[in-house]
Amino acid sequence: MKAGARTRLAEWLVTLPSFVWLGVLFLVPTVLVFAITFKPATPFGGIGEGWTLDTLRTLGNPNYPAILWRTIRLSMLATGGCILLATPMAYYMARAGAAWRRWLLLLVVLPFWTSSLVRIFAWKVLLHPEGMLKQALVWLGLAGPDAMLLYNENAVLLVMVYTELPFAILPIYAAAEKFDFRLIEAAKDLGASSFRAFRSVFLPGIRVGLLTAFLMVFIPSLGSYVIPDIVGGPTSEMVGNKIAQRTFVDRNLPHAAGLSAILAVAVLAPLLAIASLRRRESPRDALREEGV
Amino acid sequence: MSDFLQFEDVSKHYGAVKAVDHVSLSVKQGEFFSLLGPSGCGKTTLLRILAGFEQPDTGRVLLGGEDVTDLPPYERKVNTIFQSYALFPHLSVWDNIAFGLKVAKRPKKEIQSEVEAMLALIQMEDQAWKKPDQISGGQKQRVAIARALVNKPRVLLLDEPLAALDLKLRQRMLIELDLIHDEVGITFLYVTHDQGEAMSLSDRIAVMQAGKIEQLGTPAEIYEAPRSSFVAAFIGDTNFFDGVVAEPLEQHTVLDGLLSVAVDKDYSRLKIEDFPDLECFNDKQIRQGEHVFLSIRPEKFRISREKPEGRPHLNILEGGVEDVIYLGSQTKYWVRVGDYRISVIRQHSRYLLDEKPIRWNERVWLSWHADDGFMLEKYSEQDEALLQPPPEEVGETSEPGAGAS
Repeated sequence: MKAGARTRLAEWLVTLPSFVWLGVLFLVPTVLVFAITFKPATPFGGIGEGWTLDTLRTLGNPNYPAILWRTIRLSMLATGGCILLATPMAYYMARAGAAWRRWLLLLVVLPFWTSSLVRIFAWKVLLHPEGMLKQALVWLGLAGPDAMLLYNENAVLLVMVYTELPFAILPIYAAAEKFDFRLIEAAKDLGASSFRAFRSVFLPGIRVGLLTAFLMVFIPSLGSYVIPDIVGGPTSEMVGNKIAQRTFVDRNLPHAAGLSAILAVAVLAPLLAIASLRRRESPRDALREEGV
Repeated sequence: MSDFLQFEDVSKHYGAVKAVDHVSLSVKQGEFFSLLGPSGCGKTTLLRILAGFEQPDTGRVLLGGEDVTDLPPYERKVNTIFQSYALFPHLSVWDNIAFGLKVAKRPKKEIQSEVEAMLALIQMEDQAWKKPDQISGGQKQRVAIARALVNKPRVLLLDEPLAALDLKLRQRMLIELDLIHDEVGITFLYVTHDQGEAMSLSDRIAVMQAGKIEQLGTPAEIYEAPRSSFVAAFIGDTNFFDGVVAEPLEQHTVLDGLLSVAVDKDYSRLKIEDFPDLECFNDKQIRQGEHVFLSIRPEKFRISREKPEGRPHLNILEGGVEDVIYLGSQTKYWVRVGDYRISVIRQHSRYLLDEKPIRWNERVWLSWHADDGFMLEKYSEQDEALLQPPPEEVGETSEPGAGAS
C-alpha cells in the first residue's frame, strides 16, 4: 500500500513539469485566444474593455466560410496526397534490407536540413514562368507557354504535399517496420493476391500509423500560412493568411483571434470525434494502441 | 494415383549455400508425411517451395499430376500452418477462419456454415468473436489449423506448428493433430526438428541433413534400422563404437557327424580398441578392413551382475557403473567400458521387493545380440558433434524471476 502510494506520488512528480508546460504554454493561450474573440478592438490595434459579439458578426461575411472551406479542402487533399505517396514508400522501406533502409530514411529526413522557407522559395523559382520546371514542361509540350503554374491552388497543394510528405512517411514507416510481414505470406497462402493481401492485411495492420500520419499532416496544413503566401495568389488564400493580415496589416487582434478560434475548433472537432470513437470501439484496444 | 505429391530433382541455393540439394520425393494421398532434420537442413525450404514462397533453382513440383512449380502461392491448392501461426491480429477468430473463403468469393451462407463447422471441429464456438491476442497459444494453434483446413487444401503444410507451445500443450496438440488428420483425411506434410513429434504422428518420415534426404521410411524403420550414423544419432539415443571390420564369422554346422565350416557373410567380427572382438550383423556387406561405427541403442543392452551364459551371436562386455538415473518406468545407467561411457536403459517389467538394484560403482555385465547393433559408414566431419555423448537430461525447471511483472 505504502509503496503503491509512493509510486503514484513519484509518477505525479515526474509528469508535473510537462503538465505545467502544456498548461502555461498551450492551454492558457488557447483560452486567451477564445476570450479575445469576444473583446472589442481599439483603433490603435489594442484590445478594448468589455465584451462584444462584433467579431463573430463580422466573421459571418460570406468571404470567410469560403476561405475556411478552401483551407479544409486543401488540407484534406494535401493529407490524402501525402498518405497515398507515403504508404507505398513506407512499405518498401520496411521491406528493404537494413543498409538500404538507412539510406532511404536519410533521404526522407534530408529536406529538414534546409530551412523550409528556402525550400518553398525554391519551388517559386521552379514554377516561375521563367523557371526551370516551367521551361522544361513547355519544351516537352506538356504546358502552353502562357500556362501559369504559380499563384494558384494547385501550386499551394503541390508545395504542401512536398513539405508535409516526411511527416506522413515517418509514422507510417514506424508502423510498417513493426508489421509482421509473415501475415502477407499467410494471406497469399489463403488465396489472396498481392493487392488483396496489401489491402486486407497490411493496411489494417498499420492503421495506427495511418491515423498518426493523418493528424501529423492535416493539423499543420490547416494552419498553413507561408506556403499560400509565397506560391499562392489571391484566389488561394487560406485562413492562416487572413489571420496574418488581420494581425499585421489591419491590427485587429480580436478579429485575428476569432479566426484562430474557428481554426482551433476545426482541428479539435475531428480529434475529439476520433478519440471518442476509438474509446467506444474498445477501451482496451485504444489503450494498447496509444501505449505503443 | 499413388504418388500424389512429387518433388522431382528439386534444388534451391542461397548464394553458396545449398539449402535443398537435388531432392526427389513422393508422398501418397492422405499420408501423414514428415520432413525431419536439424535446423538448416532444408526441410523448411522444401515446404516453402511447395507452398510457392520460394522458387526452386532446378526440378519441379507435381501435385496430383499437375506441375505447380511456377504457380504463385495463391493459386495453389495447399495451405500452410505457420510456426508463428500468423493469425491476422485485426480480425476475430471467426473472420480469421473465414478469410480464405471470403477471398475466394464464396456465397455468404456457405461461408457461415463452413466456418461454424470448423469452429465445432476445433471446439471454439464460444470464442469466435475474440481477437487473436485474447486467446491462448493452444487456441491460436487450433485457429491456425481451422483457417487452413476450411479451404479444403489438397495438402496441409505444417511448419513446426508445435514449436511455440509448452510441453504439456504440445503433447495434447499432438493427439489433436492426429485426430484431425484421421477426420479430414487430407495429406499432411509436417516439418519438424523434433523426432518425438515426427515419430508419433507420421506414416513416413524423410530425415534430412544438409539439403539431402538421409533416409526415408516408417518411424520404426528409421529407428530400428538407421542407414547412417547421422540418422542413428539424430533419431533417439544411441551408443557409437569406433571399430574396424574383421573377417566374416564362420558358421559351424554338424551334419551326419561331420563338421562343416562355412563363411557366414551376414555376420562379421568387429575389432574395437581395448574390447574383445564383437560379433556384428553385416547386412550392408561392408568389406574387411573398413572403419565403421557400431551403433547400439541403450535399450538393446541387457545389464546384469552375473556374467550371462555365452550363446551364438551374443556379445558380452564387462564394465563399471558410473551413474544411475531412476526414471520410474525405466532406469538409465552409464557404464564405463574402456574409453567408452555406454548409455543403457533397463525397462522395469516387474518390481520385486527383495531385488537389490544395481548401484553406482558396481561391476556389471552388458550383453546384446549381434542383430541389435548396426555397423554404419564413418560419419562425415559435420556429424561429429552428434557423436558426443548427449548432455544429461534435466527435468523442466521453473526459472525463478521469470515473468515477474
